[in-house]
Amino acid sequence: MDINRRGFLKLGGLAVLALLAKPVVDVLSRLKLVEASPTAEALVGKRWGMLVDPSACLAKDGCRDCIDACHRVHNVPDFGNPKDEIKWLWTVPYEEAFPEQEHEFVTEGLKGQPALVLCNHCANPACVSVCPTGATWKREDGIVMMDYHRCIGCRYCMAACPYGSRSFNWRDPEPFIDEIDPGFPRRTKGVVEKCNFCQERLAEGLLPACVEACQERALIFGDLDDPTSKARGILRRHYTIRRKPGLGTDPKVYYIV
Amino acid sequence: MFEKALIGSRRYWGWIILLVVITGVGFIFYLQQWSYGLGITGMSRDVSWGLYIANFTFFVGVAASAVMVVLPYYLHNYKEFGRITALGEFLAVAAVVMCGLFIIVDLGQPVRVFNMILHPSPSSLLFWDMVVLSVYFLLNAVIAWTTLDAERKSEAPPAWVKPLILLSIPWAISIHTITAFIYSGLGARPFWLTALLAPRFLASAFASGPALLIILSLIIRKFTKFDPGKVALQKLAQIVTYAMIITVFFLLVELFTVFYSQIPEHMIHFQYLLFGLDGKATLVPWMWASLILAGVALVLLINPGTRRRENILVVACVAVFVSIWIDKGLGLIVPGFIPSPTGEIFEYWPTVPEALITLGVWALGFLILTILYKITISVREEISA
Repeated sequence: MDINRRGFLKLGGLAVLALLAKPVVDVLSRLKLVEASPTAEALVGKRWGMLVDPSACLAKDGCRDCIDACHRVHNVPDFGNPKDEIKWLWTVPYEEAFPEQEHEFVTEGLKGQPALVLCNHCANPACVSVCPTGATWKREDGIVMMDYHRCIGCRYCMAACPYGSRSFNWRDPEPFIDEIDPGFPRRTKGVVEKCNFCQERLAEGLLPACVEACQERALIFGDLDDPTSKARGILRRHYTIRRKPGLGTDPKVYYIV
Repeated sequence: MFEKALIGSRRYWGWIILLVVITGVGFIFYLQQWSYGLGITGMSRDVSWGLYIANFTFFVGVAASAVMVVLPYYLHNYKEFGRITALGEFLAVAAVVMCGLFIIVDLGQPVRVFNMILHPSPSSLLFWDMVVLSVYFLLNAVIAWTTLDAERKSEAPPAWVKPLILLSIPWAISIHTITAFIYSGLGARPFWLTALLAPRFLASAFASGPALLIILSLIIRKFTKFDPGKVALQKLAQIVTYAMIITVFFLLVELFTVFYSQIPEHMIHFQYLLFGLDGKATLVPWMWASLILAGVALVLLINPGTRRRENILVVACVAVFVSIWIDKGLGLIVPGFIPSPTGEIFEYWPTVPEALITLGVWALGFLILTILYKITISVREEISA
């Protein structure tokens, strides 16, 4: 075989590349996300949704049961400052949650009252469209998921979310977690996170932590595709609204008026 | 040809060393950001993009503006631009490198950047921006290097370059259009949600890029034997003038729709930018400085008497460059996040490490530019000698 120096270098380079490619491909093939295969007791839904009953929610002044439960089971750190803050479930003043519904004569006592907000698990999620790596995606059952290991931390999803539902790990969260729950992955610095409708609990047949923690039963979780579900029953009987419906995101969190 | 970058005067080396030092300082602060996280910057949960993305956006414009010399020279055979075209193309090369670096330093997990290639996501404008910017980088690097090499050998450039040159013209438009689409496609951010964003980006790019090219040309003429030509510079000045008029016109058009329609969610971001909200007004003096500089630049550029005097022209060009850097940098990115979707007014201001990392990227960009310009000028000096 006739080979000059240039040709040899080319071949050598290709060979090295091929050698390097092997372990990379191996790692990648292992990464093929092992979706927790649903066990017998798993809660399976076709289209998960959440209902918030503000009147029940406001019954106990300054209650944070659901927020604390959520942040505890998901290892959400508490930095104690709004700049680095990470929140999955939190409250905003009513008029900020529903800016298009706000007016001078809004029901007495509603203005300034805390409204519970979280990821809306939109049927048409802008965050999923903009993600350049597929690190955030929508499951068949409507849950908008995050892959903390694929996220490159570009924060395009944070710019795209109309609800401010996404948080970024501006620094290492670990020292700021009160009590680490080994049952749920901790995050590294430099990735985005948000509410996941407790998909890890659903897989074990448990309701979302916030729903379970609420003693006033202000949170109702259920399958919107199942006409017999409790959620659908309430939706039939009550007038409900969603946040910023005009944007076409089709949120799956409903607020009972 | 690269060896020509290695032979230079004391002043040349002094400048190179200065740029290397500034890059090094930026890199040291980047290492600090690497270990601490992006929390080292002024960015926050509410304002999640800042100085890095602002500079990225601005330099995509500078890169795209090379088309303002390439198009007249190659498409209209405007010979006066013959000596300046390579400068425009190499400016584009350096600017694209800076864009890439600004994205890298903005990533929370930079080592995972190749996930963009491993998991290509055509629904994301960031994916397309990566594609068009990489191709644009290659186009300009190959075109400028090949034509310069041909020039050195006193040959005509190889025939295969011509189609690449033609392709680079619409490609320049595409990089800035797609960069605008990153913002203007987001329903969540009414400040950016305007079809005028891409045209505004292009107009301001075609003002700021050629303005920078004029400044660079005048510096080159002062320090070397290479003269880009008075006629070429005056033609560029006309381009800057028209582009700046269109830029300001587009801004006024935007302001009309926003304020006449009286839609609060569109108005509130401009109110923050121009007047401040709830006493929070960090960007207000900057934005007004930008507007005043734009006005001054327009007066100096439109009046032929001042435009033709090069010492005044350079002032106008600096005014254009600074005005657009503020408007398209801080003024475009930050107010998109203020107030936040839930009404918080959380202000942003870059931190010292963030500013020094930014400066480091600038220095590295200018280092690449200096080397490319040094090669170009040495080749030309060699030919004329």
